[in-house]
Parts: sequence; structure tokens; C-alpha cells
Amino acid sequence: MRIVFKTSYDADIRLFKHGAQAFWYAVLLALAIAAPFLLGSFLTGEATNVLIWAICGMGLMLLVGQSGQASLGHAAFMAIGAYSCVLLQTLAGLPFLLAFPLAGVITGIVGAIFALPVTRLHGIYLAIATIAVSIMMEDIIVLSEPITGGVNGLFAPDIEIFGLNFNRYSNPSGLYWLVLAIAVLVALVYRNMQRSPLGRSFAAVRDSEISAQAMGINVARTKALAFGLSCAITGLGGALMGYFATIFNHETFNIVISINLLLMIVIGGLGTIHGAFLGAIVIGFLPQAIAFSRDAIGEWTGIGSIVVPGLESGIFALILIGFILLEPMGMYGRWVKIRTYFELFPFARRDMFRRQKTYLKTERIR
Amino acid sequence: MSLLELKNVTLKFGGLTAVNDVSFAVEKGEVFALVGPNGAGKSTIFNMISRFYTPYSGDILFEGKSILNKATHEIAGLGIARTFQNIELFEQASVLQNMLVGRYTHRRSNFLTEMLFTPFVRREEFAHREAVERAIDFLDLQPYREKMIAGLPYGVRKVVEMGRALAIEPKLLLLDEPASGLSVEETQDVAFWIEDIKKIMGITVLMVEHDMNLVSAVSDRVLALADGKTLAVGSPSEVQNDPAVIEAYLGSDDHEEAA
Amino acid sequence: MDLLQLLISGLANGCVYGLIGLGFVLIYKATESVNFAQGDMMMLGAFITLGLTNQSYVGLPFWLAVILAIVIMGILGYLLEVVFIRPMFGQSQIAVVILTIAIGFVARFVAGLIWGHEPQSLENPFVGKDVGFGGLVLGLDEVVIIGTTLALTGGLYLFFAYTRIGLAMQAASQNQLAAYYMGIPVKRIHSLVWALAGALAAIAGVLFASKGAIDPSTGLLGIKAFAAAIIGGFGSLPGALLGGLVVGLIEPLSSRYVAAGVSQIMPYLMLLLVLILRPHGLLSQVKAKKV
Repeated sequence: MRIVFKTSYDADIRLFKHGAQAFWYAVLLALAIAAPFLLGSFLTGEATNVLIWAICGMGLMLLVGQSGQASLGHAAFMAIGAYSCVLLQTLAGLPFLLAFPLAGVITGIVGAIFALPVTRLHGIYLAIATIAVSIMMEDIIVLSEPITGGVNGLFAPDIEIFGLNFNRYSNPSGLYWLVLAIAVLVALVYRNMQRSPLGRSFAAVRDSEISAQAMGINVARTKALAFGLSCAITGLGGALMGYFATIFNHETFNIVISINLLLMIVIGGLGTIHGAFLGAIVIGFLPQAIAFSRDAIGEWTGIGSIVVPGLESGIFALILIGFILLEPMGMYGRWVKIRTYFELFPFARRDMFRRQKTYLKTERIR
Repeated sequence: MSLLELKNVTLKFGGLTAVNDVSFAVEKGEVFALVGPNGAGKSTIFNMISRFYTPYSGDILFEGKSILNKATHEIAGLGIARTFQNIELFEQASVLQNMLVGRYTHRRSNFLTEMLFTPFVRREEFAHREAVERAIDFLDLQPYREKMIAGLPYGVRKVVEMGRALAIEPKLLLLDEPASGLSVEETQDVAFWIEDIKKIMGITVLMVEHDMNLVSAVSDRVLALADGKTLAVGSPSEVQNDPAVIEAYLGSDDHEEAA
Repeated sequence: MDLLQLLISGLANGCVYGLIGLGFVLIYKATESVNFAQGDMMMLGAFITLGLTNQSYVGLPFWLAVILAIVIMGILGYLLEVVFIRPMFGQSQIAVVILTIAIGFVARFVAGLIWGHEPQSLENPFVGKDVGFGGLVLGLDEVVIIGTTLALTGGLYLFFAYTRIGLAMQAASQNQLAAYYMGIPVKRIHSLVWALAGALAAIAGVLFASKGAIDPSTGLLGIKAFAAAIIGGFGSLPGALLGGLVVGLIEPLSSRYVAAGVSQIMPYLMLLLVLILRPHGLLSQVKAKKV
């Protein structure tokens, strides 16, 4: 096991704990940049999809993992991001480079305004309020057909930055790199948030509102800020998803997407940036994996391809149940355990990760 | 001018009068203790000072100004820090993180600069960390710096909570039963710390405590309460020998076990 | 008269929401966790009855099928608790919410495998029959739904208020550790509650299916029923019914008097309003925590 001798406070503040860690992240980034050369255009597209899910996931992760508020309606904010970005381009004539960040800002403000009355709610009450927003958003999109195109949807123009075209089909690698850059930026902002007073105020509100108030933290404002920031990031992800889909309507951002997004970050591991990416990999590649194994089984048994509708969500749900029961810290938690096992080999013990026994008290008295 | 002054404060919960016309003043630089049996209204007074409750009538002055128009989260910024009877720490964070939250009132950066982590934010972080390290050194918390609260023993949590309050660098420190549940040795540590907090740091202490040994050892003045009413104010020995206090609170039992 | 007909059919709809809501509240009241799969359990209950009674499947007599479905769903509820929920004992509400959402996904998938994704109708003795009430003609299915719901709500209310086990269930929810110390078998009680909720879901499923066709995604109705239960005041049995009725009535009324497209939004708009103005529902049960 590596022991880092800390010689300055910066050792606890800087991005990477030690040189080796920085090295491995550099390798990972280099591999991610090189991916389009290694994967071919179809898989590059799939990888772009994964990165977009990861961005949305980081947005929700900030809310659930950091500030402890659950949202089952984040697809509504993905929709706001997508529609406002495209409309800013088509109606207001803004270039993508302006419309995109502005879409994030708009989504963030809408989220914060929504949060102000709603974040007084806890647990399931907040969850159902966000579900309500997600369901209403679908209907609102359909009802405001003159702007949103209703059921027929909206056509996303090509992304153009300084004359460079990032069309999904004509320039898949370009779009991938663009999305990768945005994902890395979001991860960096997320990390900065974690290591600054902002992140600590989120954690304080999550763990004890009473104590947070006694420390001088304005709970309502902090929760609304967490909601706003979370929605802004998710809105950016939603905008990218809109462009990636090229044409999208209310169905693209329905309640099932909301729920999938939450399930995804739980599978990945709550409270960590890694969790958002790992969860996105599962959700992005699961359909491919199922299709692949279906073909393989079909070939092997000779019955041909069997089509089972709803198989993806069924398997996704089973994976999730397995994780919640066996590894509540998600894929990232499992990874940390495996890594510790090898670092300490042969001294790692099962007890090191034993969970404390907890008893639930009523939330009706808080 | 007294640092903290309660003027004829009354608080009612429904029909029950929890605090009845209580007045007292805490002078700068002293250790002031509230004693009394359970339900006497001691913690309720704390909760009014930290604005979790609003008095039914009366006024609370800090440095000569009423704090009743302040919101709960504005109290720490005035320089009033507190601990809780039933320990309210941030369970899913490390000791260091918990104590850094105590620096929140000294935050000068905003969320935008923090998300960009500008050099200014980094310098501020260093300053916060130094302040927290002073509290860690003072309370001998070095072994626990990186530990999660969720796994810490009770006694250590109690000290961490005190450290978090000290990280605020307050003018007035409210300690709600700092020695409850602690061993004799740990209680002695608390007594030393309270002495040092007063003498070295120059922080005024207002505490609620049942352990009369601790109260006699550290406090300059004591206020005895029963059923929300003031019984006696004075030096620890004066209060302990006050007939009304003996009658109503200490009863015929042994002094130390009276709580 | 037309309006009255509309109201009655709205009431019947509301009763089905209320019945699903009762299942939510039952589990919440006793275990402090929320079963998001309640709607899917209703769907399963309906499909099990359909599978047992429809001529194209087993073809048992209707009432026998209903009783069997109630028993099967009760056992299923019990097993769900023992296998999936019990390991989560003491963990946060949201973890259980996520787990039950996943269980709902699986239930939908399994139902699709067995009964397919095409809408099907339950063959039942109420369909197409009318009852006259002094000039007012009501569908028998509606009368049965309203009657059954009222009886079940009343029964459950009495059960929680007066029986030993009902009181033990309430105690177990308010403080698990304290309930343990008082000698209440908390875990067994949780399993029983889930069994009860399963049985209730079967009844709700049969009633729902007697009004129209069902398919595996019928379970999504659970979300609306949950919203209704929150409107009424979560944790209160009469509240669940009240919320169900409010939502059941507001849907047809808003589509008639406001605009057709709005009726979808109305229940959720109402939910948000109630949450903002009365954060814990119309019949609230929440108290502030003591510091």
C-alpha cells in the first residue's frame, strides 16, 4: 500500500493525491482521446452516447450524492436543456458556442426556481414532486406545439464551432472529442466543488440540517443552489443528447429516462464522479451486450435470433437489484475493495468494509 | 455592556411554559453555567439563543443588539457557536471536513470562483485549514483527522463537535452538556479545555451541565433553573448552598447524583 | 344527469387509485419505506386473475380465481419482503424506493414474458350490467369498486387503530430500535404488512381490470396513485382514499371544463400545489424534530 507523506496542506487540496495517480488518469485520458482511432465509427458513436449519459449522471450525482436530495425527474431538465439550446440556435440565431452554455444557465435557473419551494420537502416527498415535474414536462412539450414541435419533435441543427462541423454521421470522432472535452470539464468543476466550501456545505445539509444551520449555512439557499447546479449540468447533457439524437420529442426525455438516470448512478456508485461514468458505461453498452449475446446464443443453439421485448430494462433492473443488495456502494465501491485487496495483499480483511448496523427512525418527525 | 443578555424571556409550547420570565447576563470572558434538573428549560434557552426557537416574549441581546430579528443561520456569523446535547455531526464526512464546515462563516469566495478553484480559493482553503489545525492541536484530535465520523467512539465525537465550534472562532461558545456520557478522565480533559478556551483563546463560555464537579471547577457564575424559572444566580458555592436550590433541585440526595 | 354519471365514473376511478394508494400507505405506515412497485403488484394481481379465469388460459370460475390471486399475491408480497427488502433493513428510504422501482421493472418484464404486451380484458361477471338507484343507472362494476374500496378502507383503519398487531405495526414504523426493545418482532411484522399489501394489490388489480383492458405497463398507474396518496396525506389511510378520489374526480372534470390535454397534467399540478402549500398532504402527520 502506498503511503503518502503529506508535507503541506496542498496534499489534501490538489487534484491528485500522488504522482502515480496523476499518471494513471493521464493514461486514461490519452486512451479516451485515442478511442476513435481504435473503435471505428459505430462504437465511437456509442462511446459518445456513454459520455453524454455520464454528463447527465454527474449532474444528478451532484444532487443525490453530494446534497442528499433525490430526484426522479431529471429528464425534465434534460429536456429544458435540449429544447432551449436548439431554440436559441434556430429562433434566436445564436451560434452553438453561445447557445450551449446559455442553455445550461437557463436550465440551472429554472431548476433553482423550482427548487426554492420544493426543497423544503424531504425524501419521498421530494422524489414524487420531481416525478410530477417530469411527467408534466412531457405534456407541456406536447401542449406547446408551436414552439416545441409537439409530438413531431424538433430537429437539431448541426453543431458548428468556428466553421468546424460536428455532425454525428459526417464527423463522429469530432463530436466524440467535443463531448469528451465537455465531460472532462464538468468532472473538473465537480471535483473543484467537492474540495471547496461549496461541497462541504452540500455535505453538511445532507447529513444534518440542524447542525448546518448552527454553522451558519442557509439550508434553503444551499439546497436550491445544489438543485440549480445539478440541473445546469444535466441540462448541458440533455442538450448534447438532443444533438446526438438529431431529432427529438417529448418521448426522448420521458419519465423512464428520469428513472434510468437515477438507477444508473446508483449502479455506478453514489457520491463519486467515477460512479457516473461507470454507470453510464453500463447503461450505454447494455443494449449492445444483450444484442451481441442474443445473436451468439441464437447461433450456438441454432434457433436463430430470439426477440424478447422489454429484456433490456428487465436485465438492467436485475443488475440494479444485485448491486443494491450486495454492493450498495455500486461499481466504484466494488472497485475500491478490489484495489485495496491487491494493495494490501495478503493482509486485506473482509471486516475492513463492514457496514455499521443502522436503524431507521421515522421521517414523520424531523 | 454584557456580551449576552436575556431579558424576561418566556417560551411556551402549547399550554406548557418551558421557560418562564428568565433574565440573566453573561459577561465577556467568563464561564457561565446553567444547571437544573431535566426539563428545567436549559436546552430550550440554548435553542432560543441559537434561534431554533423564538421566545414568546422578552428579548435576547448579543453585544447590546437584539438577535430576535436574525435567522437561525445568521447566528454563527455573529460569533455564537454551539454544540448539541445529542451530537449533531456530519456523519458521512471526515473529522477534518466536519471542522472545515465550521469555517463556513469565514468564507469569502462564492460558488462560481469555487467551481473554478481560483488561486484565491486555494489561499483561502489554506487559511481555513490552518485555523482548523489550531483547533485540532488544541484538542489533541490529530489521530482522527482523516477518520469518518460514522465510525468514531462517542467521546471522540463529543470532542470533534467542540472542535468544530471552535473552528468558527466565536466570541461566545455554547456548550450543551459537554461532559455527558464521558469518563472521569475525559471529563477532566474537558475541564482543562474550558479553562484554556477562556484564558488562552479569550472566548466566553455559556454551558449547560449536570456534572456539579465540572461546574464547580470551571464556572465563574452559575444560574440554577427549575421548571423554567430562575432559582438562584451566583458563584458555584453560593448557588449550591442556596436554600431554594437545595430544596427544589438538589433535594435531600447527594450533590453529585442530583441531576 | 350527465354530470352525475361523470362524477360516479370519476369516483370509481378514484377508488382504484385509492386502493393502490392504500397499499402504499400500508407499507409506509408500518415500515416507513415506500414500495414503488405497488402499481406493478396491482398489474400482476390483475394478470394472475386473468390467467386463472379467462377461457383462453386456465378457465377457473371467477371468484375462485380472485381468491387464488389474492392468496398468491399475498405470498408474493411476503417473499418480496423476505428476499429483497429485509436485507435493506434500516437503510434510507431512497434506497428502498430505488430497489422497489427495479422490482417493478422486473415485474413488468415477467408479465410481458408470460402474458405478452397486447392489452387483454378480464372476463368478469360485472361487465355490461347495470344497477338502478331511483332513476340513476350505474354500471355494476362501478358500484362494486366503490363498495369494496369503502369497506377495505374502513376495515384497515379499524385494524390499525384497535388491534394489537395494528398498533405494533405503527410502533415499529416510528422507531425501529425502540420497537425492538419493546419486544415487537419488527421483521416479522414487516413481512406481514407486505403480504397484506400484496393481497390488497390483487384486489385493486381485479377491480381495475373489471373496468377495462390491462397490459404490463398498467403498473405505471402506480405513480399516479402514489401522487394521489401524497395529496391526501401520506401515512393516513383515509388520506389515501381522499387523495385518490380527488384525483379521480379532477381528471374527468378538468378535461370537460378546461381542455382535453390538461387532464393529464392536473393531478400532478395539484400534487405540486399541495406539496408547496401543505408539504405533508391534506391530512398531515408530520411533527418537527426536537433539537
